[in-house]
Amino acid sequence: MHEKLKGKVKLGSTTNSTAGFIKTKSFGRVSMVAAVNVSRFEGVTMAPPDPILGVSEAFKADTDEKKLNLGVGAYEPKSYSLMCLMLLRRLAENLMLERGENKEYLPIEGLAAFNKVTAELLFGADNSVLKEQRVATVQGLSGTGSLRLAAALIERYFPGAKVLISSPTWEFPWSEYRYYDPKTVGLDFEGMIADIKAPGGSFILLHGCAHNPTGIDPTPEQWEKIADVIQEKNHIPFFDVAYQGFASGSLDNDASSVRLFATRGMELLVAQIGAMNVVCSSSDLAARCCEVAVIQVKSQLKRLARPMYSNPPVHGARIVANVVGNPALFDEWKAEMEMMAGRIKNVRQKLFDSLSAKDKSGKDWSFILRQIGMFSFTGLNKAQSDNMTNKWHVYMTKDGRISLAGLSLAKCEYLADAIIDSYHNVS
Amino acid sequence: MRSLISERVSCRSSVLGARWMSSWWRNVEPAAKDPILGVTEAFLADPSPDKVNVGVGAYRDDNGKPVVLECVREAERRIAGTANMEYLPMGGSVKMVEETLKLAYGDNSEFIKDKRIAAVQSLSGTGACRLFADFQNRFHPDSQIYIPVPTWSNHHNIWRDAHVTQRTFHYYHPGTKGLDFAALMDDIKNAPNGSFFLLHACAHNPTGVDPSEEQWKEISYQIKAKGHFPFFDMAYQGFASGDPERDAKAIRIFLKDGHLLGLAQSYAKNMGLYGQRVGCLSVLCEDEKQAVAVKSQLQQLARPMYSNPPVHGALIVSTILGDAELKKLWLKEVQGMADRIIGMRTALRENLEKLGSPLSWKHITNQIGMFCYSGLTPEQVDRLTDEYHIYMTRNGRISMAGVTTGNVGYLANAIHEVTKSA
Repeated sequence: MHEKLKGKVKLGSTTNSTAGFIKTKSFGRVSMVAAVNVSRFEGVTMAPPDPILGVSEAFKADTDEKKLNLGVGAYEPKSYSLMCLMLLRRLAENLMLERGENKEYLPIEGLAAFNKVTAELLFGADNSVLKEQRVATVQGLSGTGSLRLAAALIERYFPGAKVLISSPTWEFPWSEYRYYDPKTVGLDFEGMIADIKAPGGSFILLHGCAHNPTGIDPTPEQWEKIADVIQEKNHIPFFDVAYQGFASGSLDNDASSVRLFATRGMELLVAQIGAMNVVCSSSDLAARCCEVAVIQVKSQLKRLARPMYSNPPVHGARIVANVVGNPALFDEWKAEMEMMAGRIKNVRQKLFDSLSAKDKSGKDWSFILRQIGMFSFTGLNKAQSDNMTNKWHVYMTKDGRISLAGLSLAKCEYLADAIIDSYHNVS
Repeated sequence: MRSLISERVSCRSSVLGARWMSSWWRNVEPAAKDPILGVTEAFLADPSPDKVNVGVGAYRDDNGKPVVLECVREAERRIAGTANMEYLPMGGSVKMVEETLKLAYGDNSEFIKDKRIAAVQSLSGTGACRLFADFQNRFHPDSQIYIPVPTWSNHHNIWRDAHVTQRTFHYYHPGTKGLDFAALMDDIKNAPNGSFFLLHACAHNPTGVDPSEEQWKEISYQIKAKGHFPFFDMAYQGFASGDPERDAKAIRIFLKDGHLLGLAQSYAKNMGLYGQRVGCLSVLCEDEKQAVAVKSQLQQLARPMYSNPPVHGALIVSTILGDAELKKLWLKEVQGMADRIIGMRTALRENLEKLGSPLSWKHITNQIGMFCYSGLTPEQVDRLTDEYHIYMTRNGRISMAGVTTGNVGYLANAIHEVTKSA
């Protein structure tokens, strides 16, 4: 007779106990009682909410109709321009449906057509670094994934190297160089130069344009000086280019810092949205070495990507390749970008005008006009930022960053009221 | 001002000479070619009209062409240009995850009702395994993962890059070309209590050898007795027998036995969404509170890898599984794919037997899923490639999905030729 016992037995606190089992053996078969084991992960505590993505979650939970989400860097949902982008995407997707393209795995390095257009967008199609095949490009999981690949490459091949990051920057806990000056709400250029004169052979993380979170970019002259110091100290510049086209409205203008460095023959790492680029050096002597280096670096990037996700997602890459590869769609996209960047400039202007009109203290709010891109560093501290949320239902990150992309012209006056109140009445 | 600066730079560069021009990447060696993906590259480069690709495990129809399922095409038609592209939450598409858990745990699973499963959308099966490996490393840094021999080669890469100590356990028996059950059970017994075990839920890759239902029960018992953690990689649900419920049998046995398991699921093969990178990682917890905590930690591990997962593939999955008609169509198409493969197994074996091969080819039909572990040696595989333009991985793994009525005769003949004097 085969007897099976069933029932739930809760074990004690030990994880490896064999108690609580009853087995019967019959005709060589073993059956057992069902028991609830103690989890191997019972000690796992709750992770803190992500400081940026957590803001959106809090915003969603807020029921006040005046609420404003100026947290995450994504475009305002009801805007005309976003609808145009969606139209663009629909055109691209319909193209894909028509072609009946399959969904096979991409190679580890991603869609070749995408890698080509994305490198051309960044460096310019005529750039010598591309012509001389000195760039290893690998499709990555958007900006984060591209940065992560670079970080993994650095960790593996430069285990002792330092990475210097602007203070503040997007969420990485490495060595910092001064960047933001709260007194001017602008760039602390002297501090930055002094700090990147650190011991040679470090990686210097630079934002190609539209610095996140401050919106403060070096001028062209300042970029030249930064390049000088980096060359002098034999550092390697590591660009994060997340907003090409979105800062000034011009793809070429926004890439000028990267192109400046590339023109000097410097070796670079550049993380774009969706791709990781490594540019190898240009001296004639090193030319042969360089071609080989490119192939080898690319193979190592692939080797790092394979155990992370095997190969990157195809859909977005195809959309990009289709848009950029089709002259009509490309022109339309460029027009959209100009419009989006233009809208943000208008919003900055309206916000500045509202603040100047309403704030009787004489404070200079013009930094809002000087900053560029999606974000503005308002200069509000944590307590003031909390006041923005708690009293005014304006959701932003605690470092005082607001995303202008989430702001419509109609809400600028309300926001100005909130900022003035928080700045003057809360410390 | 700018020209002055440029002048200074060129002077400086001549002073520094080769020093600052020297490449940072000189000491970067070329990485070894991935053994699986490298096969397809070689195949594509081969100009021979007879060439056959039985390398990578991607489904092909009887004409050797990649397939986009009809249910997927329909889902895409419905989606095209409609949904926005905003970031998904870090945990991915809630709807997609819900449907995915039902597939694995059962439509009416008490664990789903009790909210005891911590689950996040992942970058297909690879991403799910990697996320779990990182999670294991963070919360059990001294633990080790036992990996079957053989396994999908990338499993080793994943746990190594996650800095988790690896060990292996016996699985495939070369003599019988079946399961080495006794050695497997010994390895489970001899592993230190509380080890982590990687199990293939169905259609083992690369061998196609799965434990029987009875064997699964014994494996479950022994793993429980040792307090081991079972982590399932289920990349082929539906693809093995044609019936997703049946293919989830091992998992259901373990759930019934009370294991708090971990699970990687993928839609690459069974929905043909390979390049979309859609999957799910789940960890069954003691209660809802623990599940919330574990999920938050999984999200935190994902954030510095990719922030949040891709939206398109997840939309396809949730559109299909959330619509009764589309889901029915999908189930039919999955059955169709599995049936074709089972048909090809039979055909290959029969062809070899008809050719008078002295060897036994029973294992071709005993094994299940996309792959057949042929028993061919690396040297025989090389001959197949060099002489017959047949591409497969050097461990003798044949992707049955690449076999068609058009090439099965050619394949059988070639295999016969390189093995007849073995």
